[in-house]
Amino acid sequence: MTSALLAAAPALPLHEAGKYVAAAYGVFVTLILIYVAIIAARLQRMEKEIDSLTELAERRLGPDAGRHEDR
Amino acid sequence: MALIFFYAPLDADQGFIQKIFYVHVPMAIVALVGFVIAGVLGAIHLRTRDEVWDYRSYVAIHISVIFGVGVLLTGAIWAKASWGKWWVWDEPTLVSFLIVVLLYATYYPLRYSIEDPGRRARYASVFAITAGAFVPVNFAAVRMAQSLVHPRVFATASGGMPGEMWLTFLVSLLGITLLYLTLVRLELSAKHTRGRLKRLRKLLETEPSAGPPATPLTTVPARPSYD
Repeated sequence: MTSALLAAAPALPLHEAGKYVAAAYGVFVTLILIYVAIIAARLQRMEKEIDSLTELAERRLGPDAGRHEDR
Repeated sequence: MALIFFYAPLDADQGFIQKIFYVHVPMAIVALVGFVIAGVLGAIHLRTRDEVWDYRSYVAIHISVIFGVGVLLTGAIWAKASWGKWWVWDEPTLVSFLIVVLLYATYYPLRYSIEDPGRRARYASVFAITAGAFVPVNFAAVRMAQSLVHPRVFATASGGMPGEMWLTFLVSLLGITLLYLTLVRLELSAKHTRGRLKRLRKLLETEPSAGPPATPLTTVPARPSYD
């Protein structure tokens, strides 16, 4: 199906200018991906922090505290 | 992307290279508007003294700086493809945008060199307002400068872009604006959650016998610190 779509699409002049256009859009996508990766790393850290806080709360209040909310 | 590559016509002058325009220009517009909005948010912070506005201003600047770096990189690629040079120092548009990005790059050392949160927020807001006011002035000054090197796509005497290009540009601008707003929201949400977690840790680590009666652990304070 992809090949049929590509065959139907108008041809792009990818000779000289193609590499520059690809590089510009590549820079844009890379910037966004780097930012998303940073946010994902932060989220992971926060998840670890929540685990550690849950452990701390369970030690203080007992392991069964708030267990009914897990369901 | 489909509109850019398959709907918008090829530029008569630049050909396929002009496709960079649909990512470069919307990013520049959104970054510059973001800087101005950060100044407005800074002014609201100074007026209300509510730290939430300072953080909104900070995040708006942060995402605008990232977009600004994107504009400089895509612009350099476009320049290399069109003019054969990565950078042209005697072109006011390029140099002025670089100055704006470098100006905002100094925001981070300014912000993080002040330890007192109240003073830091005040100084950061003053910076955001001053630099935010500089952005439109700078833009107007560059527009008035007579240069024929950098293309003036909008409002040119020859009539500007055809309708298909305009539509594609507007869709790109809308897409980049939505991306900007999403990233701002994501960053604010991450900061907010980090602040709440810190506050929660402090509450959990204090001895139950010390101080006022223990706060229920399920209740997280409504106005947490963002630090």
